[in-house]
Amino acid sequence: MKKRSVFERIAAAPHLLWSAIFIIAPLLFVVYFAFTDREGNFTFENILSLSSYSHTFLMSIGFSLIATAVCFLIGYPLAYCMARMSEKTRNILMIMLMLPMWISLLIRTYSLMALLDNGGIISTFLTSLGFEKLTFIGTDAAVILGMIYDFLPYMVLPIYTTMTKLDRKYLEAAADLGCNNRQTLFRVILPLSMPGVISGVTMVFVPSISTFYISQKLGGGSFDLLGDTIERQFKNAITYHTGAAISLVMMILILISLAVMNKFSDSEEDIIV
Amino acid sequence: MNKDVLIRLNGISKAFDGETVLDNMSLEIHDKEFITLLGPSGCGKTTTLRIIGGFETPDAGDVFFDGKRINDLPPYKRQVNTVFQRYALFPHLNVFDNIAFGLRLHKCPDAEIKTKVKEMLSLVNLKGFERRRVSTLSGGQQQRVAIARALVNQPKVLLLDEPLSALDLKLRKDMQNELKNIQHQTGITFIYVTHDQEEALSMSDTVVVMENGHVQQIGSPTDIYNEPVNAFVADFIGESNIVDGVMLEDRRAKFAGHVFDCVDGGFDRNEPVDVVIRPEDVDVVAPDKGMLCGLVTGVTFRGVHYEIIVDVAGFKWMIQTTDYVAEGETIGLSIDPDAIHIMRKSEFSGMFGDYSSFSDELDKLSDVTEEVEEE
Repeated sequence: MKKRSVFERIAAAPHLLWSAIFIIAPLLFVVYFAFTDREGNFTFENILSLSSYSHTFLMSIGFSLIATAVCFLIGYPLAYCMARMSEKTRNILMIMLMLPMWISLLIRTYSLMALLDNGGIISTFLTSLGFEKLTFIGTDAAVILGMIYDFLPYMVLPIYTTMTKLDRKYLEAAADLGCNNRQTLFRVILPLSMPGVISGVTMVFVPSISTFYISQKLGGGSFDLLGDTIERQFKNAITYHTGAAISLVMMILILISLAVMNKFSDSEEDIIV
Repeated sequence: MNKDVLIRLNGISKAFDGETVLDNMSLEIHDKEFITLLGPSGCGKTTTLRIIGGFETPDAGDVFFDGKRINDLPPYKRQVNTVFQRYALFPHLNVFDNIAFGLRLHKCPDAEIKTKVKEMLSLVNLKGFERRRVSTLSGGQQQRVAIARALVNQPKVLLLDEPLSALDLKLRKDMQNELKNIQHQTGITFIYVTHDQEEALSMSDTVVVMENGHVQQIGSPTDIYNEPVNAFVADFIGESNIVDGVMLEDRRAKFAGHVFDCVDGGFDRNEPVDVVIRPEDVDVVAPDKGMLCGLVTGVTFRGVHYEIIVDVAGFKWMIQTTDYVAEGETIGLSIDPDAIHIMRKSEFSGMFGDYSSFSDELDKLSDVTEEVEEE
């Protein structure tokens, strides 16, 4: 390996220090708490006790998968169309997409609450039209909607980036070889935009599975996703150890799914080039 | 050669952002011929090809394929395939899948795909490359995969857009021969776009010289070289001295202050004309024996011959000779009647064919090399 210059070492130092204090150390704490009991003795008890949380795990994974899938189904066509529009329209759409991201997640979730609440804007509107009184808050759909609403831009942006980089020559070559528009989409555009799809999926799935705020606000308190469970454990000093164990397992699950997805993208690695 | 017209372009015009690229251009392409669209960049040759391929729609005029108007037929419904300038091989597929791409779309059975791809790979000398990723191939290999990918669909017409421009000289020569062989073997009509006149002359049955969105001349390579119709063609194809002249009568032309016998006729009496004399057709003789007399102002060794610039009464001629002459020497020039080609005056008259700036350019070039060496 090339020897680093003194300057390079100094320039990297703040980052290394930052990582050590705020990334590595907390992770070590999580691992420590996950494998110790209250007296500080080594134990597998915390991990083994997680079987009672299997429902939470399954529900969190299920919700996140649905949210990710819907984000993909909305985001992919959106990114595809945006990349094909004139520069001006494209920029306007981009700003509209980015605008919510400049607003705090909390505020966005609150405003979604105002829309969905019983007696909120949507239900008032619908009842005034003569519909029966509908409940949104507290349903699965509301929580998933919240995830989609909050994380959709993270799906669109990376896909949009790969789409704009996609060379027209591939589309022409596909048409030349006999692809109609639909075949071009499935045989050329989709595989070539895979790197964007994978980072989009990652960027939606990971925050969805660990969210606690969305489920608390839009779930009307009746939901217990992984994030909520972890938060609750850590609010209570006695259950630090269980919380750490859940965090650890969740982290491992996320790492596994990232590895699987990277495997997926490995075979496509030189696409953007 | 089969003389059936396969593709007919009729009064095609095309403009991009108000800039006219093709201006009322017409062309007939015959079945099974190797036709080359030749011209400098911006002459409209690539646009012509893209209109035939279906990637551009003409603003005016019609495209006929086998007698049917195909202006609005999308590319995927046309019986043509293209070899793109920058190959455009699909990076997510290996060599086999790239070549099989068109066959799979046409629901070809797997076994047949296998044999056809194999055949193609051996045709383009890439046996055993099936599983290779396209990114691991050299430029020449990618080029051959692109050709195989297009040919495997057995198109009526293969469009080639400067396919060899990215390759080095040696490889380009090999590929020229290979393409010519492939065209003979398959009997497919090739429409080839290039700006390289040597490539056009050595490969084609028919050369179409284009400039300013028009066809300037269509003909066999020898016709184009020996009988250029105007100063542009004469200058673009090979080196030419183009001199102002007057046609005194059939087979007698006056230029450079001397009356020459020539072999052309059919002009008006005393019609002003452009006279083309190729540098290799001028003989260097003793000053008192020449028809013209001039001062050598530049000598460049080119390997096979010397390229000398001769000042004849203010007009600089380029002459290629195998005998060495020294700069500053006065020499006589002798021109045989059949070396003189007479052209009617055209919009290009007076624009080309004088080598007065040539020697200066060479000086500048040699200065540059000296500077580089000094560094």
